[in-house]
Amino acid sequence: MPAIAVKRADLLQTKKIPMKKVFSFLSISFLFAVPCLANPYADTINAGLSLPKGFEASKVSDGIGRIRHLLVTPEGVIYARTSRLYKGNGILKMTAQNGDGKIDKVEGFSNYTGTGIALKDGYLYASSDDEVFRYKLNAKNEVIDAEHPEKIITGLWNKRQHESKSIALDNNGNIYVNIGAPSNSCQEVDRGNGSKGRMPCPILDSAGGIWMFKADKLNQSYAQGVRYATGLRNVVGLDWNTQSNSLFVMQHGRDNLLQDWPQYFDAEQSAELPSECMYELKKGDNAGWPYIYYNQILHKKMLAPEYGGDGKTESPRAKDFIEPVVAFPGHLAPNGLLFYTGNMFPEKYRNGAFIAFHGSWNRAPMPQEGYYVVFVPFKNGKPSGKWEVFANGFSGVKVVNATRQAEHRPCGLAQGPDGSLYVSDDNKGTIYRITYSGK
Amino acid sequence: MKKKLITAMALFSFGIMLWAQTNNLSVSVARGEAVYKKECLSCHQVDGGGVPHMNPPLAQSSNVLKDKQKIITVVLKGMSDRIPLDDEYYSNVMASHSYLTDQQIADVLTYVRNSFGNKATAVTAAEVKAIRGPVKKTTSQVKKS
Repeated sequence: MPAIAVKRADLLQTKKIPMKKVFSFLSISFLFAVPCLANPYADTINAGLSLPKGFEASKVSDGIGRIRHLLVTPEGVIYARTSRLYKGNGILKMTAQNGDGKIDKVEGFSNYTGTGIALKDGYLYASSDDEVFRYKLNAKNEVIDAEHPEKIITGLWNKRQHESKSIALDNNGNIYVNIGAPSNSCQEVDRGNGSKGRMPCPILDSAGGIWMFKADKLNQSYAQGVRYATGLRNVVGLDWNTQSNSLFVMQHGRDNLLQDWPQYFDAEQSAELPSECMYELKKGDNAGWPYIYYNQILHKKMLAPEYGGDGKTESPRAKDFIEPVVAFPGHLAPNGLLFYTGNMFPEKYRNGAFIAFHGSWNRAPMPQEGYYVVFVPFKNGKPSGKWEVFANGFSGVKVVNATRQAEHRPCGLAQGPDGSLYVSDDNKGTIYRITYSGK
Repeated sequence: MKKKLITAMALFSFGIMLWAQTNNLSVSVARGEAVYKKECLSCHQVDGGGVPHMNPPLAQSSNVLKDKQKIITVVLKGMSDRIPLDDEYYSNVMASHSYLTDQQIADVLTYVRNSFGNKATAVTAAEVKAIRGPVKKTTSQVKKS
């Protein structure tokens, strides 16, 4: 018995922590604790974001709803869509009343969750994962009857994967809806190791593309719509470009090159490939999913391994498919696209594209990437320079090794009436506002 | 004296049994980690945390910790039902991993049940075999989209 007691005492001795360490730990905790305990709205510098010189960022709201897409009315009111009901509501109306720019009034309506939201010609448009509704607005852009929206589109595919429906409107009375493919690469066994692709891919009849409907007709479905463009696996970010008068979309490229085809791809290739592509769409276009993927390093449309590819072979049908406008690295997950038409930012930014990248998961076992907002300069509807990271630091960590380490994940983009840029986060429910002062 | 000896022997053999069990567990966990890295990590991530709203977490997941039969079936058959897990919905499907051996499935599940802050009993190859029996080999989780 005594022997054991001695041993225990030894153990205690060795585990004793020097007081010096305790003090330094306490002082470090204190340093971190002070800003947290202070006013929750007090921003750290630029709300924790890194931005180009002359720009500032602040959080206008924090911890309210999982905000997907959003818009700001000419009166400065935010309408936001949530992927989960917030206090029973799927559309939030958020107002900053007392002049400091922070949201201090949140109202809500609609009992359905979803992603898409748009303002056009006196109506607010909002999508669920299988329908699109619109609400008549008064002269101040306020919804007149939140209980009775018009159902303009119904019965769209909603099969678990890639279920969100994003929307954009043109200036000719049309609305464009993404219908994501409920599949990774149209395999016989979805995400199955080495499983072959179905030929032709039957999904493309009802999904994997952009459908066009009338913005003012009730109860439209596939029969009344037009498959505007096909071969797009899943689009979340899309915007109508008023300069080129055309629709631009950001495709989420396919996953699992390494996991399903380890004989053709290593971990690094599978992290970088395939490209997340920006496309400009014309009616009838085909971007090639699932038969091809785009290799941004070789600038080639490659034959997908599910259809006989080996990572080295270009698709024999490459000419049938459109070229990307911009090709980003793999798996960054572009969830928001916005062409900037404001006057607040310097001339370089006018008519250029902002893209909110939600951040990757399929780059594993390599570190994850994305979780930032990118800018691409445009002239006359075409890119006029290289893309650059515009706002970074949403994740809150230097390296994201596992997706849930990222604190905030950029999702939606909106332009304020003064030309400021709003970025939503659907993880913690933060809305950032980015302004330019030139200082 | 004799009584003492018997007690000592009983304690000793009990100790050996415990030691063997923990040793078996750690061997199974080590083999399971290798399977996890190859088969599971890309979706469920290096920390077992999954991907929010897309791939469910394994860390502190009631599905992983409670019912062995359930998780063995998920690995064998895959999963495509739209059901909430711990009050969250996840949109990706999981393909069948029935091509793994009973031992590989036992190892990887033992690893998952004893990693990422989880602590639960081991899964044995016999338990996997018992469930695989009625599961058809060619089962695929998604027949038609």
